[in-house]
Order: sequence, then C-alpha cells, then structure tokens
Amino acid sequence: DTVPPQVVPGADPSARQLCFAWGPAEVLVCETLFGRAGGFRSPLLSRSPCPSRSPCPSRFWGEDSAGATARALTGSVAGTEDGAPSSTRVFVVRRDQDIYIHTLRKLFNESHGIFMGLQRSEDELAGKSRKAQLVQVSKNYRSVIRACMEDMHQAAVSTRDPALQGQYSTQVSILSAMELIWNLCEILFVEAATAGPLLLRLLDWVRLHVCDVDSMVREVLSSESPSKHKLFWNVVDVFVLQGRMDEARHLLSKEASANPASMNMYRILDELMKKMPVPSLGNTQTLTELELKWQHWHEECQRYLQDGTFASNPHMESICKILLGDEDAILEKKELMTTWYHFLVTRLLYSHPTVKPMELRFYAQSSMDLFLGGEGSPEPLDMILMAAFEFEMHQVIKECSIVLSNWWFVAHLTDLLDHCKLLQSHNLYFGSNMREFLLLEYASGLFSHHSLWQLGVDYFDHCPEFGRVYLELHIERIPLSTEQKALKVLRICEQRQMHEQVRSICKIMAMKALRNNRLGSALSWSIRAKDAAFATLISDRFLKDYCEKGCFSDLDLIDNLGPSMLLSDRLTFLGKYREFHRLYGEKRFAEAARLLLTLMTAHIAPCSFWMTLLTDALPLLEQKEVIFSAEQTYELMRCLEDLTAGNPDKQKFQDDDVETTKVEMLRLALARNLARVIVKEGTVEGS
Amino acid sequence: AMEDVSAKFVSQKISRTRWRPLPAAALQPPDLFATGSWDNEDNRISIWSAGDLGNAGLNGEYHGEPHLLCDIQHNGDVMDMQFLDQERIVVASSTGAVTIFRHHQNNQTLSADHRWAKAHYHVDQDTSCGGAACTGVVCSNPEIVTVGEDGRINLFRADQKDAVRTIDNADSSTLHAVTFLRTTEILTVNSIGQLKIWDLRQQRNEPSQIFSLAGDRVPLHCVDRHPNQQHIVATGGQDGMLSIWDIRQGTMPVSLLNAHEAEMWEVHFHPSDPDHLFTCSEDGSLWHWDTSTNVSEKPSFLHQGGRSTAYLSHSTMNQSVVSAWLSNDPTKDRMEITNLIPNQTLSVNSLDVLGPCLVYGTDAEAIYVNRQLFA
Repeated sequence: DTVPPQVVPGADPSARQLCFAWGPAEVLVCETLFGRAGGFRSPLLSRSPCPSRSPCPSRFWGEDSAGATARALTGSVAGTEDGAPSSTRVFVVRRDQDIYIHTLRKLFNESHGIFMGLQRSEDELAGKSRKAQLVQVSKNYRSVIRACMEDMHQAAVSTRDPALQGQYSTQVSILSAMELIWNLCEILFVEAATAGPLLLRLLDWVRLHVCDVDSMVREVLSSESPSKHKLFWNVVDVFVLQGRMDEARHLLSKEASANPASMNMYRILDELMKKMPVPSLGNTQTLTELELKWQHWHEECQRYLQDGTFASNPHMESICKILLGDEDAILEKKELMTTWYHFLVTRLLYSHPTVKPMELRFYAQSSMDLFLGGEGSPEPLDMILMAAFEFEMHQVIKECSIVLSNWWFVAHLTDLLDHCKLLQSHNLYFGSNMREFLLLEYASGLFSHHSLWQLGVDYFDHCPEFGRVYLELHIERIPLSTEQKALKVLRICEQRQMHEQVRSICKIMAMKALRNNRLGSALSWSIRAKDAAFATLISDRFLKDYCEKGCFSDLDLIDNLGPSMLLSDRLTFLGKYREFHRLYGEKRFAEAARLLLTLMTAHIAPCSFWMTLLTDALPLLEQKEVIFSAEQTYELMRCLEDLTAGNPDKQKFQDDDVETTKVEMLRLALARNLARVIVKEGTVEGS
Repeated sequence: AMEDVSAKFVSQKISRTRWRPLPAAALQPPDLFATGSWDNEDNRISIWSAGDLGNAGLNGEYHGEPHLLCDIQHNGDVMDMQFLDQERIVVASSTGAVTIFRHHQNNQTLSADHRWAKAHYHVDQDTSCGGAACTGVVCSNPEIVTVGEDGRINLFRADQKDAVRTIDNADSSTLHAVTFLRTTEILTVNSIGQLKIWDLRQQRNEPSQIFSLAGDRVPLHCVDRHPNQQHIVATGGQDGMLSIWDIRQGTMPVSLLNAHEAEMWEVHFHPSDPDHLFTCSEDGSLWHWDTSTNVSEKPSFLHQGGRSTAYLSHSTMNQSVVSAWLSNDPTKDRMEITNLIPNQTLSVNSLDVLGPCLVYGTDAEAIYVNRQLFA
C-alpha cells in the first residue's frame, strides 16, 4: 500500500516548499521562501480535493479517492490571507471537517450517551443476552444516524439557498452511506446472524436502503387503477426482487380480476409465491427441513416453467424464472435493483436461501462482477461492503477511515466491534490498539471545537493507554472565558486527579481576579488549589493596601477566612492581624496587646511588617492604664532592637527621618511604659 | 415516569430554561418556555412550544417534542435568565450586559427591548475589556436586580435607562446568584460560602445580615426562597450539598443534605407546592426532594387553638407550621428523594418547575420536558 499524497487546498507545493507545525487539533501549514523542490512535481498534488458530489450514496464515491484520502488533513481551511505574497500565507488545517457541521452536533451528542451506556454495560451479561444488548446498542446508533439524516433532509428541503441545499444533500448521502455500512456490519459482525436468519436480515437491509424505487411504487399504488399503469409490472418485479411476496400477490390479484381469461395462470403463480418456503427466525424448523421444502418448491416452479404455463405472458414467465433463481432473468431487472448488493441478496433468496456467513464472499464477488459486467469499476462504498461480506473487519474500518469525512463513524463502530470481542489481537505499531487510536482521533476533533470539547473528555476517559495524556494536553487549551466555565473545566480535572492542571487553572483564574482587583475571588481560587504561595501573594496585596490606605478592604472576606486561614503563614497573619484590629476596636486592649506581641514573637508576622506592628503598639502604650506588662514591654523592646540592629536595611532607617523619628518615639513610649509598669507591678506585689 | 419526558437535541449547550409565567387565573399547564445557550460561538435566546397540545393521547398524555417558535442571537454566554412578565425576558450575559428581550407573540419573533451594556465591569467602566460576567438576575416587575463576578449589585427598573441603585464592591468575592427575600430585600450567595441579606432601602452599602457555612467555605452557586414561608431559604454549593437555612435564627444552615456529587447549579422550590424542591447539578443528575410523603405523620397541633386557626385561614393545605424543611433530621422518614435522570453524564445546567411541568437543559445539548411531574 502506498500512502497517497495529501493536499492542502490553495497551497501549491509544486511552486514552494511547505512547512508544517503540528498541534493537537490542527496543523499549521505555511509556504516558505525556500527554493523549488528539485524536479518534484506530482500531478496529484495540484488537483483540487473538493469535487462536486452526487447525492446518491451508491454513487457518492464516484471520484477517485486521492482527494478524499487527504480528508484528515484537508478538512477545512481557515484563516488564509489571500492576495498577500505567498510567503505570508498560513493555512490552518483541521483534522475533522464534519465536527463543524451544525446539524451533526445532534449526532455527536446523542451518540455520546449511547457510547457511555455501552462502556458502563461492560460484561454485566453473558451469552445471548449480552449479544441482544450489543445489537440494541448498534440499533440505537443507527437510529441516531437516521434521525440526523431526517433533520438534514428537512433542512435541505426547507432552505432556499442552493449552495446550502447542496451541502445538506451531500450530508444526507454521507449519513445514508454510513447507516448502510453500519447496518451490514451489525448483521454480519454484531449479531453474527447464522444461515437462515442471515438471509432475512439481508433482505431487511436491502429493503431499508434501496429506496430509489419507492417513489415509483408509490406512484403506481396511488394511481386510480394500478394494473393499468405502465409501470405496473415494474412494481410487481420490485416486490418479487425484494422478496416482498404478500405485496406482490396483492398487486397481482388486482390484475387477475381484470383478466378472467388468464385466471388460472394467475392462480398458479399466486400459489407458487404463497408456498415459497422462507427461513424462520425461531427454531421451529431445521435448515435441513427448509432445504427439503425448498427443493420441492423449486422443482414445482421448474415444472410449470417447462410445461409453458406462463408462456403466454412474458411478465409472469420472467417472474417464474426469477423464482427459480435464473441469473439472467434477475440481471434483466438491473435497473430495478440499482446496486450489486441488491442483486446479491435477490440471488441468494432464490438460489441459496440457507447461505452460510462464510459462503457470502463468493456470492458477493461474483454478484458484483456480474452486475457491473466489466463496465465501471467498483467505487469505495462497493469496496467497503465487499470487505464486510468477506468478514475483513479491519479492511472495512480502514477503508471507511480513508473515505469518510469524519472520525465519528469509525470510532464508534470500532468501539462497538471491540465490545463484541472481535478486534482483540490487533495492535498498531505505535503501541495503542485500533479502537483507542480512532477514539483518540475523534475526541481530539471534538476538543478542537468551540463547544463540543466536553464530549471529548469521556472518550479520552475510555482510552486506557493514551487518553489521560491527550486529555491533559487538550484541557489546558480550553479558554477560560468565565468563572463558570473555569469551574466546569476544573471539575473535570479534579475528578481525574489532574493536580498539575488544577493548579494551573486556579492560578490563571486567581491572576485574572488579581488583575481586576478582585482580591476575594483571587483568594478563593488559590484556596481551591491549595496554592500557599499564591495565597501569600494575595495576602501581601491586602497588607500593602492596608499600609497605603490605613484601612482594610474586603473585610467580609478577611473576617470569614475560617480554616482556610491556615493555608499560608501570611494568610494566617492577615487573619490574626485583622483580629487584632477588631479587638482594639472593641476596646479589648489587653487581648489586643497580647495578640500583637505574639504576632512578632511567634514569628507569624513577616519582618517587613514589624515596624507597622510596633507602631500599632504606640496607642496601646499611651493608654491611661497600663496594658503591657513589664515582661511584655521587654519583649517589645527586644523586637524593636532586633529590627533596627539586625535589619540589613539599617542604612534605610538612618537615612529616613520619619523612620528615625518613629523609632525614637517608640523607644520613648516603651521606656515610659516600663517605668509605669514597674511602679504598678511593684505596688501590686507590695500590697 | 421517564416515558412522560420528551427530549430534543438542539445543537447548542443550554445554560438556562425558564417557563413563561402563566396569567393569574390560568388553569392550563404552561405551554411556552425560553432557553439560553452558552459556550457557543453564536449564542441564542430561544422560545419553544412545549409540545403539541392538539395531539393529546387517549389518557391525556401529550406527545411530540418541543418545537422552536423563534430565536435571537445573544452576545456572550447566557448566564441567567428570568421572565419579567408574559412577554419580556431579562437575560444576564457573560459580557456583563443585561438585556430585556421581548417575545412578540403575534408574529413569533424576538427583539431586544432594552440593554444595559455595562451593568457589570471590572475596575474601569470605560475600558473595552472591562466587562465582568453578570452571573445572576432576579426580577419582580418592574424591578430587576443583577449580581456579577465583579461583586457588584445593580437595581434596575425596566422603564429606566440608568440603574436605580448600584452597590459597587458589595462583595469581595464572586456573587453567584440572587433572589428576592421580600419586596425590598434580596438574598445573595457568593464564592466563599456566604449567604447575605441586603436591604435596598438602606443607604449603607453593607449587607444587613451575613450567614455562612461552617468549616471549609465551600462556594454557593444558587439560592431560592420558600414561596410561602419566607424565612426558609435553600442554597446549593460547589460540593453538591443542599443547605436549608432559617434566616430568623443562627448564622449557619439548619440542615445539610447531600445528593449531588458536583456543583449544584440550580435549586427551586415548587412555586405552588413548596413541599417539593428540585435541584440539578454538574454531575448530570436532577433530584426531586419530596417532603410531602408523610403528611399524616406531621404534628397536628396546628389544628388546635385560635392563633393557628387564624394562621391556617390564609395558608394552603400542604403547608404546616413546622415546615418539614426545618425538621431536625429531614433525611429520615420525612423526605423522599428521587433522581429524575438516571445514566445522564453531562451537566444539567438549569431547571424550572411550574404546575405539573418540569423543563431542564444540559451540556449534552438537549432540552427535556416532563409534563406529568406528579403522575
């Protein structure tokens, strides 16, 4: 396998060399001034990867796949600067184009719920009920695809903008192809239908998806006299080809009553169609019984055909041939089947009703060859279905990854198949398995989206190998526009013990709050992250504000710090210092004095704040009654001397007149207080 | 039951859902609701019809999912939203703006009626980048009160261009929600676990009372007041805890009830049946708290004595003097709690209850309507 060249629309690598920068969600591509690449010129590289797309799923992949191959890269190109010299152009290339389609958000969100349910359901049940559960999950996924398809169809019908209409129609055809593939995978892999039921499931599959003829059927059935309609026999054929016997017989009975002459012929055909043995879903008959009955019926049809019962009516004769599984007769109705896989199922119905899963590949291959008959080569969708019929699951997933314009499909299908225990031993060369690889791709796409990032988290959670690392890388890139959003991101990180990210988010928010002068908010963010250093920083801001203004801001916060006060020493000091002011305000001087002294002697206060504290002691020293005891006064004096003597900024004190005066005043006040207290204590002791 | 719930995926993350209030003597259940979105490149206010009433089934249950009547672009995340009257909705934006939208019912359109562009801002009103998210709005026509990340409280009147009253720096931490306590008093909750009462008649810019959670100051995100017994207040916190406060006494909650595992985004007493309370959370659950189950066991002393008879004469049946919300141990035998959303994974950001109807919206971009809440 060669990897096809990848194309960025608008960038011309044949003219200039490109350089790339890879991000987790996007690739930046820019053209360089580096000279032409010597002789390297590929016609593939200059082709536009966005050809027009036809709305029919079977024809959707009509153009060669080279352009589409680059899907993961060519997604959408944003932010190009046109007209400027090419060296200044930067292309932003996103990995998943469909992530940005508004209507598909319903698909992403609803399937997220199903995905989560599947992860939770892990192995609760065994055997049959587990299989039933998995089939139900598969059906749920499909019904979400169908609901989305209907919405998209409605949107296409109701819009007047032709460009938009084209876009919607393209999406409808992509969704319809996805559902077609998924349904087949459900039958073959998830349910793993066995011989007998397998055919019934395939018939349902064809009936559900071949809807090109539906309008014709409607037209004929709603006409006044269906049997006179020129397409009458076409509709009967459609019913027969799809094995819808009751409907075919109902139509035929109308024709019969209009032709009493050929009554007998109609009766015989009706009888044959009625008697046709079909596999049953229950266990009421064995395959051998069915084969025996079928053999008898087949011989009966053969007899009527050979004795010319239907010779007078070519329509009925051809129906009889179809019942006999005559390949040429069936192929004649090619237009009514529209696809080779319809032909395959019709052929199986009338020739091999008890086909076994493993035999499918032979019939599928020959049906495709016969149906295409050398004209036209198989398209990507054909190759995918063929791979499914061949039970080449990895091939199916690989082809889908290449062709589809989203990761949603392969990621969810692979996850489901993995839960069916069908993909175990397939490890990729870089360590992770295929399921995880695809889920990571899908979730990374979600994270590149403005709103869908929340969904991505749960997908990463279920990638045991690299999910955590991816989440860590992506979550840091979520812009934190409001506190509410930050709280949501934070919750995600906290639940997963992503301490690094928790700290970083809180720090960003605390910084923001600090810049906006919202000290209270800043503090609550650092308390949440238990970020002591930052709490210290904020406390210093409070203290600085206090020193400048002479009063505290945000008292509602500081008075209610509670246990969070213990987060940092500085915060403790802030709380205690405020408590001192409260005590002082309440004239509880003795308590205030004791607290003030402790703040220094227990080294709760930062040295830089000691002068302020000592100055705060002044009014207490000047009170009429003596407050500081002799011992306390000595301690205060020691504090003052430590500060002036041991302080490396001694120079500063000597230069600064105000400071010098303050120190002198303090010394004086302390000395006077000491004198008063000695007298007082002496008196008290002496008495 | 789950089958009564209809869901619709709306391709936008829903931050608020609100029933349109019913006219005074209305007998029908509510039929219209509004939603606001967040975290989209293009956020919207939308008006929805709750479902087709014409399609009522044999048993009277309604089918059909909600369908969009009209919508309008909204600048910034919708942080909060409240109907002012039958036609007007007040919307709080992450840009700091507060807008009144009008729903024109004759031609099903929405238009912006009035806008206070810089209702909430940081530091400087004139700098372009100074907008601070408006986190909560409450109205009692014509008055509108808003709070924000800037710690500011604004009082607007729907018919006046400028704010009637602004309290700058009312709170040093983020105010998360606001509700009316009485006509002139409001309740706010903030990010350091405080519940404050503000009397807007008073000129001083201080709360008249501060209540606070003990221990770790867990942020409070939502608040609602009992519709009949105004002293009973419910708040929800960051840890998912439901706190019930009796604002007549103490400074701490009367009871702490634990059900959610992450932020409780909204709490609502049922407006006409306040024995029922509803809460929703970031953890994807929506709890129905029901204290009405043991009505017969409630003390019956209120039926004796003249004073309580007088009291009874203007109170409703399901309201007892000793409210079940204030009983000492509400978790035991008095309260039944039910999670209305099993298996949900993404956040339920908002809910609203009116009559028998519940509407809620999620980060999984879906809105849900339950029309038979008490069935």
